[in-house]
Amino acid sequence: MSDDKSKETVHKTPQTTPRYSATFDEYTNSEIRRAAATGIYDIRGAGSKRKLPHFDDLLFLGASVSRYPLEGYREKCGTDVILGTRHAKKPIHLKTPVTIAGMSFGSLSGPAKESLGRGATAAGTSTTTGDGGMTPEERGHSTTLVYQYLPSRYGMNPDDLRKADAIELVVGQGAKPGGGGMLLGQKITKRVAKMRCLPEGIDQRSSCRHPDWTGPDDLEIKIAEIREITDWEKPIYVKIGATRPYFDVALAVKAGADVVVLDGMQGGTAATQEVFIEHVGLPILSAIRPAVKALQDLGVYRNGKNSVQLIVSGGIRNGADVAKAIALGADAVAIGTAALIALGDNDPHLEEEYKKLGTTAGAYDDWHEGKDPAGITTQDPELMKRLDPIKAGHRLANYIAVMTMEAQVVARACGKSHLHNLEPEDLVALTIEASAMAQVPLAGTSWIPGVTKF
Amino acid sequence: METLKFDLDAKPLREVNQFLHGDASTLDGKSIVIENPNGAHNIAVGLKSDVHVTIKGHAGYYAAGMNQLAKVTIEGSAGSGVAENMMSGVVHVKGFASNAAAATANGGLLIIDGDAGLRTAIALKGADVVVGGSVGSFSAFMAQAGNFVILGDAGEGLGDSIYEAKIFVRGKVKSLGADCEEKTTSPEDRKILADLLAKSGHKDVNPDSFKQYGSARTLYHFHVDNAGAY
Repeated sequence: MSDDKSKETVHKTPQTTPRYSATFDEYTNSEIRRAAATGIYDIRGAGSKRKLPHFDDLLFLGASVSRYPLEGYREKCGTDVILGTRHAKKPIHLKTPVTIAGMSFGSLSGPAKESLGRGATAAGTSTTTGDGGMTPEERGHSTTLVYQYLPSRYGMNPDDLRKADAIELVVGQGAKPGGGGMLLGQKITKRVAKMRCLPEGIDQRSSCRHPDWTGPDDLEIKIAEIREITDWEKPIYVKIGATRPYFDVALAVKAGADVVVLDGMQGGTAATQEVFIEHVGLPILSAIRPAVKALQDLGVYRNGKNSVQLIVSGGIRNGADVAKAIALGADAVAIGTAALIALGDNDPHLEEEYKKLGTTAGAYDDWHEGKDPAGITTQDPELMKRLDPIKAGHRLANYIAVMTMEAQVVARACGKSHLHNLEPEDLVALTIEASAMAQVPLAGTSWIPGVTKF
Repeated sequence: METLKFDLDAKPLREVNQFLHGDASTLDGKSIVIENPNGAHNIAVGLKSDVHVTIKGHAGYYAAGMNQLAKVTIEGSAGSGVAENMMSGVVHVKGFASNAAAATANGGLLIIDGDAGLRTAIALKGADVVVGGSVGSFSAFMAQAGNFVILGDAGEGLGDSIYEAKIFVRGKVKSLGADCEEKTTSPEDRKILADLLAKSGHKDVNPDSFKQYGSARTLYHFHVDNAGAY
């Protein structure tokens, strides 16, 4: 017996535990295998999934001896926002700074668009069309509807332009600045094909450039044309993906924009190449201050009627994010991915179905395939029946109300009687990166990298 | 027919366009002349009634943009994006047209007597376009539907990534874009061409002197074998 034991000790060489490479991690290897098997790049929906410097890296200071807070339940903290004061005869007045970002009928089902309209209307905010035109359902259920004017011009027509409450000229989006839309054949049903004037079932590649203007001088004439067509009634937004925010915002303002929409790389898309989503563009945190600087330099920042408002989007999830975006200088925010989650996208109660699609609730991003078990990112008539627009709209309205109240909680704690009174001086950063990007001091110091000396 | 005159030297374009957006019952059948356009941008955009507007000279960008029902005649040349996104009606340019004429136009007829620039009929969505002269490069890029007739020559990359639009060229084509190929003209297509020639003042031109181009439909679906074409 003692002999056996000594033999065992001799033969057992200590082994290291299996070690995965940080460079060739599990996801990377699976992507190499996928690419090798198919010969085509990976296409998916949603925005950047990598860890990025974000609003979580900022904190509010709150009031104390040197600042005076407001009472949470008695003292007013305004949340309304007016958009399009500069040129439009009919500016937009919203009850909350949380708006719904552009998402197309086509990428989303009819019931999903209706839910967004119902929820936004109940919350006193706006919805936005997308690549593919305006549907009667959407117009009918949205009190305030922003009509996107995109490079593809799918479904674009002057009657809908006149029906819109505002027009958003889309130059780019955060998920793919410099890229065009994409809608794969599974979602180009008869109705979607007709609205976009395309053959049914094809893989749609939208253009990334507008067909009839090429630079800022042309853009100015284009904006003037839309104003002329709509008799100067409607605010005209210009939406850009965050890349060179100072210059792009300055050029948009010079071209005549009433509102600039700035979308960071966390902002979602219905479908594009994974490499585009993860490797092109800026996180929204780094883009807000340069955008605000451009507005300030041109004298249109919070300057009465002559103001250009700034809407930021890309990874807005809660009232803290709303308050932080506004403190950094935004007038309003837009939500897309978060709104879809509120409607029921990626819900754990559908886990069995997500598993069948080779994914899991919370990670499902193959929105382009049109198999969404929640009935949101699909054109399948059976799947879309699962989404009850009244209930889903109610969830969205609840969610927007919570975000708005949360932002008020923070603003009152900082002693502000309106969300718009929040300012960068109310913030500090937890990391050096966030401090440099948001241009607020690293917590406990007066240091802002790139601005002040350590 | 009643004729109204506006002088753009004396009246701001905003007021003229506002008048042209008036109620169809007051505008239908009227003739309106715009004098001294001097290349102003956005003349007669967003019209929506059966009115006949004559622009006595050159127009700038986006003349007759998004036109519905109206007939707009430009006696001079037109800048970029003439009749862009037109829905219906007729726009007639008697001179030359710059880039992106009839971009994304959904319906109606654009007639250009002279040459047209780059990207003519780009992303065309159903309108008819007849060019008496030649067109520049990248014309009919991603054209989705409609008919595009060129009596002269076409530049490089004609019909790149074209969908279901039909192109008829009487002269030379410098090169075809990706997925665009020569087609056989069917009797139905010959009739479309003959009708458009007649409607645009070219009834003496023989439809059989044109070659037809359209989509080879090889890029309608993403596929690894097409990687070189994207």
